[in-house]
Amino acid sequence: MSQSVASPKPFVVASGKSGSAGDAIFAAAAKISGVFVLVLLGAIIVSLFIGGWPSFRAFGLRFLTEADWDPVQNVFGAGVPVYGTLITSVLAIIMAVPLAFGIAFYLTELAPIWFRRPVGTAIELLAAVPSIIYGMWGFFMIVPLMSQYVQPTLIDALGDLPLIGGLFQGPPFGTGIFTAALILAVMILPFIAATMRDVFQTVPPVFKESAYGLGCTTWEVMRSIVIPYTRVSVVGGIMLGLGRALGETMAVTFVIGNTNRLSTSLFGPGNTIASIVALEFPESQSGSLKLSSLLALGFILFVISFIVLAISRTLLRPAGAKS
Amino acid sequence: MSATAADAMMAGPKRNAKVADALSRSRQRTNRIIKALCVTATGIGLVFLFAILATLLWLGFAGLGLSVFTESTKPPGSHGGLLNAIIGSLIQTAIGTAIGTPIGIMVGTYLSEYAVGTKLGDAVRFVSDVLLSAPSILIGLFVYQVLVNPFDGFSGIAGGIALAVIVIPIVVRTTEDMLRLIPVALREAAVALGAPKWKSIVMVCYPAARDGIATGVLLAVARIAGETAPLLFTSLGNLNWSLNLGRPMASLPVTIYQYAGSAFDDWVQLAWVGALLITFGVLALNILARFVLRPRA
Repeated sequence: MSQSVASPKPFVVASGKSGSAGDAIFAAAAKISGVFVLVLLGAIIVSLFIGGWPSFRAFGLRFLTEADWDPVQNVFGAGVPVYGTLITSVLAIIMAVPLAFGIAFYLTELAPIWFRRPVGTAIELLAAVPSIIYGMWGFFMIVPLMSQYVQPTLIDALGDLPLIGGLFQGPPFGTGIFTAALILAVMILPFIAATMRDVFQTVPPVFKESAYGLGCTTWEVMRSIVIPYTRVSVVGGIMLGLGRALGETMAVTFVIGNTNRLSTSLFGPGNTIASIVALEFPESQSGSLKLSSLLALGFILFVISFIVLAISRTLLRPAGAKS
Repeated sequence: MSATAADAMMAGPKRNAKVADALSRSRQRTNRIIKALCVTATGIGLVFLFAILATLLWLGFAGLGLSVFTESTKPPGSHGGLLNAIIGSLIQTAIGTAIGTPIGIMVGTYLSEYAVGTKLGDAVRFVSDVLLSAPSILIGLFVYQVLVNPFDGFSGIAGGIALAVIVIPIVVRTTEDMLRLIPVALREAAVALGAPKWKSIVMVCYPAARDGIATGVLLAVARIAGETAPLLFTSLGNLNWSLNLGRPMASLPVTIYQYAGSAFDDWVQLAWVGALLITFGVLALNILARFVLRPRA
């Protein structure tokens, strides 16, 4: 106590000198940093658009739908990579969401308490593995597995069916759209599972206890209490996974087969925006129409993922406010 | 009122004991099936993780030797190592962290201490969240457009700056979250002692949030250490020994990318060694980050 009586005096003198000026400088620095982030995003959009402008001008809106990508004729269209990006991402979501839901359900309701943290951490570590590792693992491990076992089986079983049979035809290369979607599913699985787990945990225990008290089973509590309560945030988590899948580059580049033809079969090779940019960029001359087309593809990818991520964020915000 | 309701509930199952039994059995069965499916789903998730780690250990350890750390990348067949790639990765990751961390902390401070409830603050938070998940290849294209194309080409410094753009939103998020956890009483105590706002932030809030912010930085380092796509267009990769920041610079992920796709067995082998190093490095950082955070969480 006696010490604290003496200390305020020099402190007040010091703050009298540096206080207001220091405050103004620090506040300004903080604000400038904040504005810098806005400028950064703006600069990314503008630089991609400017870079892609020659291509947009040369091909107009047809650029989006044109399926030709012919560097020899100098004709470029975004049709195949845009299709590949959307189809692989959507397939990945279809595969990842049920698994992620199961994991989140297990981690919040079923697993023994002491087991939740290690398993949760292990699933989160899956998200930390660099994407190039997924690419190598997919290329050297999953692709042979697909070409020898999975794809021949699926082609035999489903290839002759009417309507959907066409999706499962063609030679079993192992690489292709389906394999890329599978690897993407593994990569986004931890993001969706972790988000779902976090939002499931925001449900007030008294709601669940009331339902258990009425005699509901664990699944009925999940279906009738937890899911309706967290529905919006769950969709937000899925959109977050979709946003991740859309821009994933290295993993996809290794396994998608990299051709610029539109393939009707899911086992056929294809391309995504990210993979075509990664592959063709080194072969593009600075200032060429090809480089401009790649930057235009980047701009399209940015717009798509911005929309998806913005939706995800808007849906997830209520959960953040609640917790 | 409640008595009649209870009677009605009692009456239901009694009147139709068989139906009630069957209903109960089917509900229990559904419950058991779904539980089993969830356990399976978790098992599949874990199998993926262990399959990847096992592959890396199995194929990576075979090529692990001292020469990996003492030799630079060399032409196929001449027993090269990964030294230049490892050093290049360390340099670019250090540059990215050194540039990104202070900016990220300042933005996080702004969001938590200055911009609560303001429109500008909401916009910055929104944009930062979008950047957090934005495709990293686009950040590479952006830096190419801004720093590589107009100036003298690919360089290590451009790679570091691309990585810094990835670091910023990660640090922003953790800094803001951690600063918000600090009790108002702590700030009030600082203000009551006559401290100006910036001093209460720097000398009271930062130390209190230190562990959390350190976690964010560790996670950011782990993230950029494995990034490949943004480096393809910025530092390009370099198969020769070079520490010149103004020249193309090797990095572990880009070298792995070049080697894994090659037709030479010893290069593919080295790619697996690199993959092993980088994955276990990144996972170790992640686990370390979790332990740093643990006492406060």
